[in-house]
Amino acid sequence: MRYLTDRKRAVGMGSAKTGTAHFWAMKVSSVALLLLIPMFLFTFGPMLGEDHATVVAYFARPFPAIVAALTIVVSFMHFKDGVQVLIEDYVHGLAQKILIILMICLSYAAAATGLFAIARIAL
Amino acid sequence: MADVNRGNRPLSPHMSIYRPQLTSISSILTRITGNAILLAALLIVWWFLAAATSPEYFAIANGVLTSWFGDLVMFLSLWGLWYHTLAGIRHLIWDYAIGLDLDTAYKLGYAVIGGSVVLTLLTVALI
Repeated sequence: MRYLTDRKRAVGMGSAKTGTAHFWAMKVSSVALLLLIPMFLFTFGPMLGEDHATVVAYFARPFPAIVAALTIVVSFMHFKDGVQVLIEDYVHGLAQKILIILMICLSYAAAATGLFAIARIAL
Repeated sequence: MADVNRGNRPLSPHMSIYRPQLTSISSILTRITGNAILLAALLIVWWFLAAATSPEYFAIANGVLTSWFGDLVMFLSLWGLWYHTLAGIRHLIWDYAIGLDLDTAYKLGYAVIGGSVVLTLLTVALI
């Protein structure tokens, strides 16, 4: 038995660090998505399966373009935070760090690709 | 000393002997749906990129997303999206320490599962 109190063990370890900021970021993005997701479903949904000219003309309009751009960006930022918690729960050590970095990079790449595509269609 | 049994304590939530119930199943489904819809999200980004590139490339992406496989992924993801959305609302409520008692938690659980099915069918019918 080691003569260490719980307090002694905790001192110097620091706080939960960015836990609060992470929680708040997910809360803000989740509330934003509550508004964005229904708008996206009813703008993107009818376009799925339409021909190219119709789709390009539709997403050149301000409302569908802005909703699609916001939904893609906010969704992937929400996913970036959510999947980090998933990985932290099930994967440990070096693999955990590598996976988190990969998923964050994937999230930014997908958000940038979506933004680029919609900008190119809309402008 | 507070740590007489340190390192030899049972771990929560004892996955091997944990009886599945509505609260635990609806909780893990939130995580599964939220992460699984990544596939549909990436497919949709690809669809937009193809639309921005050329009619020929768009025909390929649009063909994949409206094939039987694409339909299956989109339909399951639509349910996943509604489930995750409703479960997220449940978390926003819980964040204010409201509805945490077992009775309300079960009612919210049934509402999330039932609501997600209804909203999925409604979305398919309306689009």
